[in-house]
Amino acid sequence: MARVPGLVKGLGVTLGTLLRTATRGANTVQYPHEKESPPIRSRGVIALHEGNCTSCMLCARSCPDWCIYIEGHKELAPPRREGGKPRQVNKLDRFDIDYALCMYCGICVEVCPFDALFWSPEYEYSEPRIADLLHDKAKLGEWMETVPEAPALEAGAQGKKK
Amino acid sequence: MTLLGDRERLSYIAAQAADSRLNVELETEGMTLNIGPQHPATHGTLRIIARLDGEQVVWAEPSCGYMHRGYEKLAEVRTYPQVTTLVNRIDWLGSFANEVPFILAAEKLMGVEAPPRAQYIRTILFELSRIANVSLFLGDLGVQLGAITPVFLAFRDREYVLNLIEAATGGRFHPNFDRIGGLKDDLPAGWVDETRSVTKKLRRFCDEIEDLLFGNEIFQSRTRGIGVIPRDVALQYGLSGANLRASGVDWDLRRDHDLPMAWKHAQWKVWTHPDGDSFARCWVRLQEVREATRIVDQLLDAIPAGPVMAKVPKIIKVPEGEAWVSTENPLGEMGYYVVSRGDLGPFRVKIRSASFNNISIVPWLLRGVYVPDIVTILASLYFILGDIDR
Amino acid sequence: MSAGAAVLLAAGVAHVASLAVEVPYWGQSLLRVLGGAVAVLLPAGTIVYVFLFKMMSFMQSRLGPMDAGPYGSLQLVAEVGKWLQKEDIVPERADARIFKIAPVVVLVSTFLLVAVVPFGPDAWFTDFEGGVFYALAVSSISVLGILIAGWSSANKYSLLGGLRAAGQLIAYELPMVLAVVGVVIQAGTMNLQDIVVAQNAGSIFGFAGLGNPYVLTQFVGFVVFMIAVQAELTQAPFDMPIAESELVSGYMTEYSGFRFLIFFIGEFATAGVFAMIASVLFLGGWGVPFAWFGWTGLDDVSGWMNLAGPVIVLTKMMLVTFLIMWVRFSYPRFREDQLQKFAWKVLIPVSLANIAVTSVLKVAV
Repeated sequence: MARVPGLVKGLGVTLGTLLRTATRGANTVQYPHEKESPPIRSRGVIALHEGNCTSCMLCARSCPDWCIYIEGHKELAPPRREGGKPRQVNKLDRFDIDYALCMYCGICVEVCPFDALFWSPEYEYSEPRIADLLHDKAKLGEWMETVPEAPALEAGAQGKKK
Repeated sequence: MTLLGDRERLSYIAAQAADSRLNVELETEGMTLNIGPQHPATHGTLRIIARLDGEQVVWAEPSCGYMHRGYEKLAEVRTYPQVTTLVNRIDWLGSFANEVPFILAAEKLMGVEAPPRAQYIRTILFELSRIANVSLFLGDLGVQLGAITPVFLAFRDREYVLNLIEAATGGRFHPNFDRIGGLKDDLPAGWVDETRSVTKKLRRFCDEIEDLLFGNEIFQSRTRGIGVIPRDVALQYGLSGANLRASGVDWDLRRDHDLPMAWKHAQWKVWTHPDGDSFARCWVRLQEVREATRIVDQLLDAIPAGPVMAKVPKIIKVPEGEAWVSTENPLGEMGYYVVSRGDLGPFRVKIRSASFNNISIVPWLLRGVYVPDIVTILASLYFILGDIDR
Repeated sequence: MSAGAAVLLAAGVAHVASLAVEVPYWGQSLLRVLGGAVAVLLPAGTIVYVFLFKMMSFMQSRLGPMDAGPYGSLQLVAEVGKWLQKEDIVPERADARIFKIAPVVVLVSTFLLVAVVPFGPDAWFTDFEGGVFYALAVSSISVLGILIAGWSSANKYSLLGGLRAAGQLIAYELPMVLAVVGVVIQAGTMNLQDIVVAQNAGSIFGFAGLGNPYVLTQFVGFVVFMIAVQAELTQAPFDMPIAESELVSGYMTEYSGFRFLIFFIGEFATAGVFAMIASVLFLGGWGVPFAWFGWTGLDDVSGWMNLAGPVIVLTKMMLVTFLIMWVRFSYPRFREDQLQKFAWKVLIPVSLANIAVTSVLKVAV
């Protein structure tokens, strides 16, 4: 046991942390009484903007887990101007995301050509039953309210080409 | 509950019979001990079958595979972005580092190079993953040896790094940020300043751990001279990363391989240690964390402006060919051998993970070692089960 | 200091009341037993809350349990309830009778130990002439409990833990005894009450303001004693028998429910009682320096000291436990052979030297 200072310095570190926690507070957050808000880009839940979706199925195809279930049908919408042809539009019947399978990878959001899917930092949607983790069209539409604005980019960044 | 196969059953019986033949002079019986797969000391579901004579190990063998998730098979039926997502989860503590060699291999096949800004940000995130991974190692080291406080300090300071990664990529543990041709997004405003303050905090954490753990005489007497791996043995067993550098081999792929990343734009040092014992491995990793913070600081000052994604088609089909890229990951050398047939996804991906080769030395290393030293040696070798089993 | 209040109620008042009110002998014995139980369990609970839940958490930059009661003060109640409602598992191949006795043996030694700690001039359970001898002898009983727990569990890990414990605890008994011998030489008696009086009535080189707490004059003995106590309690850096990261829980691995609760409480109760013994031997026990009040001997001490005594003992116990726990949360653990080397090659020679120097100084000075 030659040099003792190492042992004493170690005691000093723990005592210092004790005093720092006692005076300046802990590094922890007392969830659920206080909650930290996650960063803007945080991948919490996926929201669906139904109006933009054309059921092109790109998201369902690109999901690594195949957790998106889409069903749609084609309808004839009235022509945009007088004397034109009726247009064929896709109407969404079913758009479910199964959050029990979702890996939160974001490929679906990235791949959507019509900007119908968005990330939202909401994370408090745990359910006692796994079946309730299948969010349907209506619920995904509700998440749209929680979608934040995209953050400003760092200096030197070029804007997105979209 | 797995069923024991015939072979396993026979080897168990043989082991028990061999036990009774041990140490004939004292007529003592050996004991076959299963360390794992559920055990606090192994970083996951690793099983080490050890035959003990009293407190000494006579024979040891790691039995891995409890966490095999079939990455290489999965990769055969996934597209490149999907494989990137999966590959995050191999070494889950420093997950951005897993994506990089795969994406670099795909870019090599495509003949595309990411723009300079993307290269810098990739390198910064890579080094941040290294910091996140190895700072947890420093804390976990304390727990394996009985000091329960350092791990909380490690988690506390690692939070800052994870928050940074989350602010930039959206995911703390699984960023899924690398794309063929560059990165998914650019950095949010204020990220550079935030990162600078975080690197300062991490350097302070390294100093704290040095005082609390490394300077502790008890820690030193537990790790010095334990599990010595001589230089040539380390090279023969294919060790990589800090394990190799702690045995005195000057080997760092960041410096030696010429990859389109930004390490060459920063001044940094490769840390080696001549001893090759457990203390050396832990010490080298501590220095690597410090060095990583310095690399990040230098690169932050020099990020070039510009696009973050090269000109690549929206739907990427990587042309035919084969490519191998390996990088200096936090755990060691991680490499991907990507075989492409011109599809949306790879035809075959072979993953060379660092920990699988690192634990190949365990039978050689654990012979003649005391039981408490098993834990010290395993802790200092530092493997992650996801990395061993993939 | 509700713990102090409860202890005084049982211990102090019991004996004092017997002078005022005629309590039959069986009543006195009953009160002593109750007092002993309280004197062991309440400090254990206080230690668990203050040090394990709060101090450890603060040292780790977090707040610890905060939900059960204000600032988590009822967490121990919650834990007790949780452990009580767990299934009582006895492993199939375990030696059932011995398996069930083992935790009780460990706890019984603690209760026996507290019987000899004085809480005030008249507030004591027993007044043995060989108090120190009794205390050291009885504290070794827990070694048996740990050994049989490890053996009867029919688990290789527990066996390793039990064997390690046997080796360690026996090895560290010696430095503990030798360190206390220095105190006994200096006090001239083995009676714990007289040791307290000797410390508080004494003086250091003529200066009586501090009394003669042996922590100052027997500093080496104090350090050796504290290290030995740390090892006796199997706390880090001497927690090889438990060694969480290797042996899961060592000899306690197979215990669940109420039996594990007994081990758990026993660990902290023993820490508290050893701290009380340390404060009696080295810090002056229940007293303050008599010079502050102009007392010269035990008979001069006023009656209110019987009420203040337990509180003072508890305060000193918390101080000593703070030291024990501080070291526990800061250091990694020793390996078994390093542990043994440290005991035999360092602590025993140092404590023997301490005895030699003490005896010379006692005679010469």
